[in-house]
Amino acid sequence: MTLLQFIRDLFKEITKGNKAYFVWLGLLSIVMLNALVSYIMQLNNGLIVTHMRDQVSWGFYISNFTFLVGVAAAAVILVIPSYIYHFKPIKEIVLFGEMMAVTAVLMCLMFITADLGKPLVAWHLFITPNFPRSILMWDVIVLNGYLILNTLAVFYVLFSAAHGREYKMVIMWPLVLISIPWAFSIHTVTAFLYNGLSSRPFWNASITAPRFIASAMCSGPALMILVFQIARKVSDIVVNDKAIFKIAELIAYAMGINLFLYASEIFKEFYSQSIHLAPMEYLFFGLKGHTLLVPFTWVAMVFNLTGFVIFMSPKLRNRFLFLNIACVLVFIGVYIEKGMGFVIPGFVPDTLGEIYDYLPSYIELSLSAGIWAFGAFFYTLLLKIAIPIYKGELSFLSHNMRHSLRDLHKPAVH
Amino acid sequence: MNRRNFLKTAALGVGGILLPAKDSPASVWDAFFQKYYREMNDKEKKDVVARLEKEYEEKYKKHIKVKTNAPLPKVLYGYGLDLSRCVGCRRCVYACVTENNQSRNPQIQYITVLQFEQGEKWVSDLEESNKYYNPETVPAPEHFYMPVQCQQCEKPPCVKVCPTQATWKEPDGIVVVDYNWCIGCRYCMAACPYNARKFNWGEPTIPVDEINTETHYLGNRPRIKGSVEKCTFCIQRVRENPGRYPACVEVCPVGARKFGNLLDPESEIRVLIETKRVFRLKEELNTQPKFYYFFSL
Amino acid sequence: MAGKLVYFLLLVVVMVAMPVYSEAQDNTTTMDNLTENDIPKFVTTKPQFTEGIFPCSNCHASMTPNRQRRELSFHTEIQLNHAKRQRWCLDCHDADNRNVLKLANGDHVTFEESYNLCGQCHGNIFRDWKTGIHGKRIGYWNGDKTYYLCVNCHNPHSPHFKPLKPLPMPAHPQDVTKVKSTTSIEVDGRKLYIPVYEK
Repeated sequence: MTLLQFIRDLFKEITKGNKAYFVWLGLLSIVMLNALVSYIMQLNNGLIVTHMRDQVSWGFYISNFTFLVGVAAAAVILVIPSYIYHFKPIKEIVLFGEMMAVTAVLMCLMFITADLGKPLVAWHLFITPNFPRSILMWDVIVLNGYLILNTLAVFYVLFSAAHGREYKMVIMWPLVLISIPWAFSIHTVTAFLYNGLSSRPFWNASITAPRFIASAMCSGPALMILVFQIARKVSDIVVNDKAIFKIAELIAYAMGINLFLYASEIFKEFYSQSIHLAPMEYLFFGLKGHTLLVPFTWVAMVFNLTGFVIFMSPKLRNRFLFLNIACVLVFIGVYIEKGMGFVIPGFVPDTLGEIYDYLPSYIELSLSAGIWAFGAFFYTLLLKIAIPIYKGELSFLSHNMRHSLRDLHKPAVH
Repeated sequence: MNRRNFLKTAALGVGGILLPAKDSPASVWDAFFQKYYREMNDKEKKDVVARLEKEYEEKYKKHIKVKTNAPLPKVLYGYGLDLSRCVGCRRCVYACVTENNQSRNPQIQYITVLQFEQGEKWVSDLEESNKYYNPETVPAPEHFYMPVQCQQCEKPPCVKVCPTQATWKEPDGIVVVDYNWCIGCRYCMAACPYNARKFNWGEPTIPVDEINTETHYLGNRPRIKGSVEKCTFCIQRVRENPGRYPACVEVCPVGARKFGNLLDPESEIRVLIETKRVFRLKEELNTQPKFYYFFSL
Repeated sequence: MAGKLVYFLLLVVVMVAMPVYSEAQDNTTTMDNLTENDIPKFVTTKPQFTEGIFPCSNCHASMTPNRQRRELSFHTEIQLNHAKRQRWCLDCHDADNRNVLKLANGDHVTFEESYNLCGQCHGNIFRDWKTGIHGKRIGYWNGDKTYYLCVNCHNPHSPHFKPLKPLPMPAHPQDVTKVKSTTSIEVDGRKLYIPVYEK
C-alpha cells in the first residue's frame, strides 16, 4: 500500500530464491570484494600497481570502458524494432534491454573512475568543464544523459506496472525518440574521443566511429541473447524465440558491416604501407619481435569470422546450439577487437617510437573482474525485482487486487 | 603484499587515500576544496601558497618557496636545439630532474634523448630511435641524437582535450598544469604527439638534500600522486625579471640549447630561426611548437 | 659585489659597442682597419689555465725568444692538433709578450678576449657566437649574460670535443617499480641520486 511496504516487498523479493541464486550472488560478491581490496590498494599506492606507464597510459580499464559503451548503446537494437516497428516479441523484452543499458553505463562509469589518478577530485569536471572543446567532457555528458534516459524509461515502465497500469506512450515516446539518437551518440562520442587525436595515427581514422557502432550492434545483442536465455531458464520471464532470432538476424547484418569496415581499414594500412602501418603490424604480426597481442588479434579475427558465418545462415542461427556458440564467439571477438585490440595499438609504438608490451596487472584484472561482477550482480537484482513487477505480482496495490491482476496479466505476457 | 600490509591497507580504506593522516583536518579540508588556480584571486593564491609551503615544510623539513609570478608582458618563450651539436650525454635530463624536483622513484624525466643511427630513417619515423643507449662514451660512432621534451605548442592538443581545464597555455606561451586541479584521466598524455607529459603513477619521492627550494606553483613545486606534469621551460627561473635561462640550457656542455623571447628580434632564438635551417617536430600535425630544432653546421 | 659591478660596466660597454661593431662588420671584411677600441668585449668566463702557468712572463721574461718552428722540449703536454701543418705556437702567442695573444694583423689581445683570435679564421662561428647561437651563454635570457669563451669548451690546441660518459639511461617501463637501491654519481661537481634497477 505504502511506499515503505513496497520497498519491503522488493527487499523480500531479492532475498528469496533458490540455492543457485544465492550461490551466484555469493560468487559475484566474492569477486566484488576482491576488487574492492584491489581498488583500495590502487588508491593507496597509485596507479603504479597497474602495468600502465607513460608509454601506454591507458590500458585494460579504458579498453573495458570502450567495449561497454558499445554494450550500452546496443539497447537501441531492441528499442527501434519495438517502438518504431512495433515488433511485439521484442517489445515484450525491450525493458530488459534498457536495463542492460543502465547496467552497462554504470559499469562504464566505474571503469572510468577506476582509471582516474585522483578520483576524489572528479567533481572538478563540473566546476570548470572544458566544454565543448574536450571530447571527454562530451562523453561525460552523453553517458550520464544516457544513464538518466534509460533509468527513466525503466523506472516509468516498472512504476506503471506496479500501479497495475499499462505505460502511456505519451510519456514513453519522447524518451524513446531521444534515446535512439542518444544511443548512437554515446558510441560516436566515445569513438571521437580517440578519433580526434592526431598524435595517434591508429585512432585518427575516420572509420573509427562507424566501426564502433557496427561492432557495438554485434557484441551487445550477442550478450543479450545469452542473458535472455539464461534468464528465462532461471526465472519465469517469458522471452519469445522470435525475438531472439530477430536479434540474431540483426547481428548478422551488423557483423557484416563491422567486418567490412575493419577490412577497409586493414586494406588501407597494409596496401599503402605508410609509417602509420606500425600499430596494425603490431596487432597482426608483431613489431620488432614484440608479438604480445598477435595471438589475441587472430583469435578475435577467427571468432568474428566464424560467428559471422553462423549468423549469416538462418539455418544455423535458428538452432540454439549454434546460435549460442556464435554469440559467445562474437562477444569475445568484439571484446578483444575493440577493447585491448583498439586501445593498446594506439600507444604501440608510442609517439617517440618506443614499444612497450602492455598486459594488465593482477590489480587491473581483479578490479575489472569486480566491475563485471558488479554488472552481473546489479542486473540479476534488477531482473529479480523487475520480472514480478512487470508481471503484476509485486505492486503498490493491495494483496487481493494483486492476485486478480496477476490473472489479468498472464495472457498478455505469454 | 603480505597479510599484515594487506590488512593495514584495507583498514586504512578510503580515509587513507585522502591525504596523509598526520595533517590537521582543516588543512585536509582546505586541500581537498582548493580552488582552480585561474579562478583564485591574489588573496586566495597567497593562502594556498602559505598552506602548501607549510605542508612542504612538514614533509621535507626545509622551507620551500612557492612563487606565483605572472607572465612577463610582451614575452613569448621559444627554444632552439642544435642537432649538429648534441652529443647525447643526458646532462640536460638530470639537470632538469634536479631543477624541477621530479620524482626519482618512480622515475620521471621530462627530457627524452633519442639516439638514431646515421643514415637511418628518423624525423618522421621515430620507431628507429633508441632512448636506452648506454655506450661508454658519447657520441657513439655513426650515431646522432635528438632530445625531445615539451614543445610548448601554440596549438597544444593536450590543452584542447583536458576535461577540467587543469592544463592551459599561459600568455607567455608556456603550457602549464594545476597539479591540484588535474583529476588524472591522462587524456592529455594520449593527445600529446611528443610524449612530453608524465604521470605520477606512484607517490613522488625527492631526496631532501637535492630538493630545489625555489619553486613556482605552476612549475617545480613538489607534486602529488595521480596528477600529470610536464616541462614548463623552468617557469620558476624564466619568469623572473631578469629571468634566468632554463636549467637544461645552462648545463648543456656543447651549448646546443638556446632560449629566448620570440617577440624580441635581437634574441638568439629569433636570430637562429632567421639565419639557420630549422624544423619543428611532427610539423604535419599542425601543433605549431615553439621548440625549434636547428642545424648550425 | 665588485665583480658584479665590473660585469655590469662591461655589459654597458658591450651594449654600446655592439651596434657600432656590427655596423663596422657590415662595411668591412677584415678587422685590419679597426683600432683596438672597436673590438667589442663580452662578459666571459675566465680562460682555464693549467695551475701556476699564468702569467707566462714569470718564466718567459728571462728567456730569449726562439722564433724557429720546432718541436718544443718544454710544454710537452700540449698536443697541437689544430691545423698543425699550417701553424705553430708563435702564430697565436706573441713572442715578445707571452701574456697576450697575437692577431694576424699584429694586434694584441688578452687571453680573456681570445675569441677575437679564434674569430679570425672561424668567422661564421664567431658571428654565431656573438649572437648566442654558437657556444654557451648562462645568466639571464633578458638580462646580463656570461659568454663561455671558445677555449672554455674547446681546447685551443686540440679543439675537437672529447667524448663524454653519458648519464644513466631512463628506466624501462617494465622496470620502473623494480628499484633495488639507490646510488649516487658525481657529475660536474654535483651529486646525483640514481635508482638502481633489478636487471
